[in-house]
Amino acid sequence: MHLASAVDPSLADLSNKLIYSAMAVYLFGMFAYMFEWTFGSKGAVAVRSSEQSSLAETVAAAAAGKPAKAAKKVTVTVAAAGGGTTTLTRTALAGEGATVVTSGRGEGEEADGPGAAGGSEKADLAGRIAISLTVLGALLHAGGVIARGLSVTRWPWGNMYEFSCAFALTMVLAFLALLAAKKQARWLGLPVMVAGLLTLGVATTVLYTDSEQLVPALHSYWLAIHVSTAIICGGAFYAAFITTALYLGKDSYDKRIAAGLTTGPLRTSASVWQRLPAASTLDKLSYRINALVFPLWTFTIIAGAIWAEAAWGKYWEWDPKETWSFITWVAYACYLHARATAGWKGRKAAYLALAAFACWLFNYYGVNIFVTGKHSYAGV
Amino acid sequence: MSNTDTDTGVSRPDEDERTAERLSSAPAESDGPAGIGAFGWLRWTWRQLTSMRVALILLFLLSLAAVPGSLIPQNGQNAFKVQAWKAAHTTVAPVYQKLQLFDVYSSVWFSAIYILLFVSLAGCIVPRTWQFVGVLRAHPPAAPRNLTRMPVYAAWRTDADARTVNAAAHRLLRRRRFRANLADGSVASEKGYLREVGNLLFHLSLFALLAGFAWASLASGQGGKLVIEGQGYSNTMTQLDDFKGTAFYGSEDLDSFGFKLDNFTSRFQTSGDQVGSAREFTAHIRYWKGSDDSKLTKGDIEVNHPLEIGDSKVFLIGHGYAPVVTVKNAKGEVVYSGPTAFLPQDANLTSTGVIKVSDYGFSEKDDKKVKMAFQGFFLPTAPANFDMSTGPRSLFPGDADPLLVLNAYVGPAGDSGLPENVYQLDSRGMTQLTQDGQIAKVKLKPGQGWTLPDNYGTVTFDGYKQWASFNVSHRPGNAIALTGAVCAILGLIGSLFVQRRRVWVRAVALPDGTTLVELAGLARSESAKIAEELAELAVDLQDDAPALDEPDPDEPALDEPERDEPGTDAAEAEAGPAPDATPDPAVPADPHSKE
Ligand code: HEM
Repeated sequence: MHLASAVDPSLADLSNKLIYSAMAVYLFGMFAYMFEWTFGSKGAVAVRSSEQSSLAETVAAAAAGKPAKAAKKVTVTVAAAGGGTTTLTRTALAGEGATVVTSGRGEGEEADGPGAAGGSEKADLAGRIAISLTVLGALLHAGGVIARGLSVTRWPWGNMYEFSCAFALTMVLAFLALLAAKKQARWLGLPVMVAGLLTLGVATTVLYTDSEQLVPALHSYWLAIHVSTAIICGGAFYAAFITTALYLGKDSYDKRIAAGLTTGPLRTSASVWQRLPAASTLDKLSYRINALVFPLWTFTIIAGAIWAEAAWGKYWEWDPKETWSFITWVAYACYLHARATAGWKGRKAAYLALAAFACWLFNYYGVNIFVTGKHSYAGV
Repeated sequence: MSNTDTDTGVSRPDEDERTAERLSSAPAESDGPAGIGAFGWLRWTWRQLTSMRVALILLFLLSLAAVPGSLIPQNGQNAFKVQAWKAAHTTVAPVYQKLQLFDVYSSVWFSAIYILLFVSLAGCIVPRTWQFVGVLRAHPPAAPRNLTRMPVYAAWRTDADARTVNAAAHRLLRRRRFRANLADGSVASEKGYLREVGNLLFHLSLFALLAGFAWASLASGQGGKLVIEGQGYSNTMTQLDDFKGTAFYGSEDLDSFGFKLDNFTSRFQTSGDQVGSAREFTAHIRYWKGSDDSKLTKGDIEVNHPLEIGDSKVFLIGHGYAPVVTVKNAKGEVVYSGPTAFLPQDANLTSTGVIKVSDYGFSEKDDKKVKMAFQGFFLPTAPANFDMSTGPRSLFPGDADPLLVLNAYVGPAGDSGLPENVYQLDSRGMTQLTQDGQIAKVKLKPGQGWTLPDNYGTVTFDGYKQWASFNVSHRPGNAIALTGAVCAILGLIGSLFVQRRRVWVRAVALPDGTTLVELAGLARSESAKIAEELAELAVDLQDDAPALDEPDPDEPALDEPERDEPGTDAAEAEAGPAPDATPDPAVPADPHSKE
């Protein structure tokens, strides 16, 4: 049943070439995102607000075109965390079911920045090029992962090298998915490229191992289930980490501005921070991502326990990998608890999130490399 | 904790307000001992223990306490490693021992943390469950008097009759699966109870997990057995190499079955940078159930595929080689013949072992009854040449070029009376055979023989077999733990993805003959959707309560930043028939402070 077939060396070789090409393309993509950020600094004006006003005009026009009675319009006042208010207006054209939603900004609410490109057209072009490169890189990357799997006719995550490649891919794909869903996420491009390149760099240099069949311990369909969910969790935790770190930066920037300073933390340029989403948006986003993957992470651990039961006869043995997965899980539970019940918002919760992510990272690199346990992969 | 008695309808008005605003039934924090004396302190301690703050601290401590066990070798996993570690760190080892750092997960302090956590959990979850049952029985909490103070709010004026609007709102909310209640000129509704159900389910299933763990550690047992190809095994205490039982599972509880190991397949990577990595291990067996060993069933045991027999599972956990050797004494009588399991020392299966011939017969030299022992190495793939001083090392785990290296010991027959390890030679009282002043040593390929010095007879290396070691394990409680785990995930999904929210609608007739429609909503803070939902509801409600053209369409008491201040807003003063007659109760204005 476990195809004892040998390795197809040409496919394995193709996989390596594709991964290297993907890295090269990502590198150019990273430069393009950097250009976007650099050019964008000149035109850091609130583009969103003009966007909003144009939307509002559309609504008004739509409403004006109909008899007054036909348009239903409701404005909802929303209390903002800072004590101010924002508004949300929903207009429905009676009989057509079409609705338009606009949101306005009140006193206390911080605005989301306009994104990396600011108002600059040149920067926007750089950003578009960057996204095209990201897509191209992701295609090559996916090709590399798939070719690797095909070269040995099994799931391509049997060792740390393969795991890292797959994990970097999910990170990039998650970012592209956000863009495809028309989310304002282009500002994530640069950190995603950096994280992806770092992961692939470590994978190809330190963790590389030739394409081979699996050790018997990994001959199980749980490999597909447990490891693939672990990869997805890893990508998502990474994304949440980036958002949390940016939140902390933006929050300090806001505090520094309030204190009359003109630069961001560590003397970073103010225009970078201005273009990012509002601190509260980043905070909320990182919470959402973490909350979204927590059940999946729970599932990953349980799937691992079921697999351990099949392989070793005991579903939990406090093997270092198990222990650190547990520690990571409890750390994220701590974070969710803090936010859900102790009412820790903002920085305190963010530090907990960072600590939890540090546990995850250690579980991934630290435990595999420095601690010996039963979870040793072939070739690291 | 008087404010936890939700929705009784008899509490004071400001209590009502608070109730309306509480969306989580998490217990409130208390500040200090209530009352005096031991009982007061006890109550206070209990409340502290069941408070969220302490739950958080305990959770944090739990993750912290799990760390050392992953860095220091643990008895439960590898007792040999612990011994080695102790030998290498003689100064700190006794301190570590005292601190139970070699048994972290069963240590007093680790247990204390999780027991406290679970006590805290019980103290938190049980009251919450009751409360939640109360919430489900009662109506959703009535609308607060001042709806503008709610986090999301919308209002407009209409010509429709107030009562009709309220009734329409009631219908609308019901249609949208809110639990809604129409009373006193307003509609109170709530939705998303699954969040609370999920949360309770999640926390309760942690108990199931714990119970599963506990049951497993009280009623499981496991034994190890090494079987050489061609040999059999029946699951009894005497045949097991070792057995670890627990309070409710002793040696007399062992399931009765047995199996024969017909042969063992192993395959290894032969090229590339993972050369020598295992690619396949399969034990081909025939097994029987009960005591009748004539009805045999064929089966395979692989690493991820244990064999289930009755309540036991048989896992394949190791393998190695067993050289087959025939020893003849000086008279030419066969005194030993058969395979002897050698234990692997490294990844390439360099194996060592001892062939003990306790009944050798009489020595030619002095005619005394002696015993013999052969200590040796088995190399599945031997290098062409090796230096005897560095010791033999196999090059590859597969049997490409097997070699047996032996030396021989002789000593007076008889048992020392001490328990002996079959894999180690206790050479006390024995002497090593020599030849020409050198230790007598031989390298044998299969089929080759060795004539021992001093006329001690011959040894032939007939061949070799493989052996496999099995873990026979009986572990109940898996089903409980698995059920707990599945419920935990389901609960989490409910708890994290469902939003619990309340919506109130109030339509009141204004003095000018029109009707003011107010909608307000409250949700757990992370939700941006409540505003959207309220807007949707409002748009739908406008079918029954069409908005009047306002002088300024954006102005129904909405964009006033200071709408909380009574009297400053003309629209509100005119709108609210009663609310502003009494000053606002001293309720914190920030709804988020409630959570
Ligand atoms: C045994 C370890 C525990 C774990 C792993 C754990 C985990 C969690 C998680 C992941 C959540 C998030 C769900 C959400 O945001 O709604 C949560 C919520 C909660 N937990 Fe725990 N918890 C534990 C112990 C406790 C204890 C000891 C208490 C009480 C003292 C408690 C009370 C609560 C409450 C009140 C909530 C939030 C309820 C809400 O959202 O309304 N938990 N817990």
